[in-house]
Amino acid sequence: MAVLETRELIIDIPERADGRPLSLRMEPGQTWGILGPNGAGKSTLLHTLGGLNRPRSGEVRIDDTPLRQMRRSTIARQLGLVFQERQDGFPATVLETALIGRHPFLSPWQLEGGDDLEMAEKALERLELSDLADRSVSTLSGGERQRVALATALTQSPSIWLADEPTNHLDLRHQVAVMELLSEQARAGHTVVMCLHDLNLAARWCDHLLLLYPDGEACWGEAESMLKPKALEQLYGQPLTWAEVDGAPVFVPS
Amino acid sequence: MNAAEAVAHRASASMAISAWRPFLPLVWLALLGLLALMMAVAIGSVTIAPGEFWAVILGEGSELHRTLIFELRAPRALAGFATGGLLAVAGALMQILLRNPLADPYVLGVSGGASVGALAAMLAGTGTAVLSGSAFAGALLSTFLVFGLAHGTGSWTPARLLLTGIVVASGWGAVITLMLAIGPTDKLPGMLYWLMGDLTYAQTPWPALITLALVCLLVIPLGRSLNVLARGPLQAAALGVAVRPLEWTIYVLASLLTALAVTTAGSIGFVGLVVPHMLRLVLGNDQRLILPACALAGGALLTLADTLARIVIAPEQLPVGVITALLGVPTFLVLLYRSR
Repeated sequence: MAVLETRELIIDIPERADGRPLSLRMEPGQTWGILGPNGAGKSTLLHTLGGLNRPRSGEVRIDDTPLRQMRRSTIARQLGLVFQERQDGFPATVLETALIGRHPFLSPWQLEGGDDLEMAEKALERLELSDLADRSVSTLSGGERQRVALATALTQSPSIWLADEPTNHLDLRHQVAVMELLSEQARAGHTVVMCLHDLNLAARWCDHLLLLYPDGEACWGEAESMLKPKALEQLYGQPLTWAEVDGAPVFVPS
Repeated sequence: MNAAEAVAHRASASMAISAWRPFLPLVWLALLGLLALMMAVAIGSVTIAPGEFWAVILGEGSELHRTLIFELRAPRALAGFATGGLLAVAGALMQILLRNPLADPYVLGVSGGASVGALAAMLAGTGTAVLSGSAFAGALLSTFLVFGLAHGTGSWTPARLLLTGIVVASGWGAVITLMLAIGPTDKLPGMLYWLMGDLTYAQTPWPALITLALVCLLVIPLGRSLNVLARGPLQAAALGVAVRPLEWTIYVLASLLTALAVTTAGSIGFVGLVVPHMLRLVLGNDQRLILPACALAGGALLTLADTLARIVIAPEQLPVGVITALLGVPTFLVLLYRSR
């Protein structure tokens, strides 16, 4: 259980005005979606929340401790990141790739033990990757690699999840499965934050939304208050048509 | 203890053993290295039979054999072993640092700087001690030059480091060609031999050998961080690796190892590029296994190659770099062909 908090945070995007400082609290059990057009700074914000990018000003805190004062390895025991891009320059099997999620929890001299292996195998099973465990990651499809990245994070089992477009490359069924996995993490008391492009996934699974505009302006709050067609049309610069299906709003470009 | 607990207990005990099983290849490689060293000591212009060899080891045997083994062949064999091991470990580290499988210990210009230092000493007609010192100074100069230039004013990326290293290396290459062009004819063979890699200049094996042993101990705790770094710097940072300090550690370590190897035996090619790849094809890509395996396999390969270099056209000697390539190229191609 960990609270992720930003105080007067301004993310550092070269040649962009400061925009609105972000001061928000992301609490255990909440699922946050970050929405915005290309180049609005969604990934930069996510990396800043994870301590990988320095903010221009302000700070990010985990449970009231500023990230800047924490060691990278301490952060990694609480906070997991799933990236949009991955580097597979060197060969590794699917199981090995999932197993590196245990890295923050092992001392330098320690070998991965049976418990670590069990966690990695469970994560692979959860993402329907067990059959591919011994395959080299470089031979997998884009969607399969995306699931391997999620399996690595699941093996890490962080209390704060930061996922950059977790449904990228995934087919419809696996998109739903991954969103289910993330909301299951939130129900288990973890804090989940993700960048999304799909409004409808956000509408169905996120309880809080942060809208990020290209000029650095932002607004955030509970999903119901944020999912207003007017605001979303302005966000994407695209007229929208919407309807209600099974109690959740559905948006399509008009 | 009930039955279920007993089963669980046994399972955890076998787990503890099987966790170390992946490291079994190191035992085989160590035996191979020992065999290569014994051959290097026993074979040559005067071949020493196994019986006599044991006699010498046990402190008996003839005076001639003892001089031959302890004063002539053993120092050279050990120096060769250490050099090969250092080069292979340095190559593996550079490949991880640059995330580029084509990287070798020389890619960032360390050997160029060392070569210019060594050739300058030869042209000046100094002794071997000054030559070694000059080569080491050249290697360090090149390391810091690339280090400073790649850092520059902007951000640091492997691509930028690689580009800086390659340009600096070609600068050294031009200086080397210039030195060869203006050098007196009687010094050319010695200079060319040094450039191709030659253990004749090796004086004492101990600095290289001790460094190799220390590095093997150091890379074991670093190994898992290197595994994570191989998945990319962002992923590594997300999993708690302090990426920048780790990258500088690898860079300085690999450069020092290369400088030491080049100082001992000239710029022997091929070992640093191919030994890590060969081992990855066979053993997978766990650096905790690969790096010590590189030390042993690189050492064995170079010791073997130097023995051949001494005997193929005896009493003349071939440059050892020629033999490492002739042995290594077919082995590597076969492994690559057979891999998926």
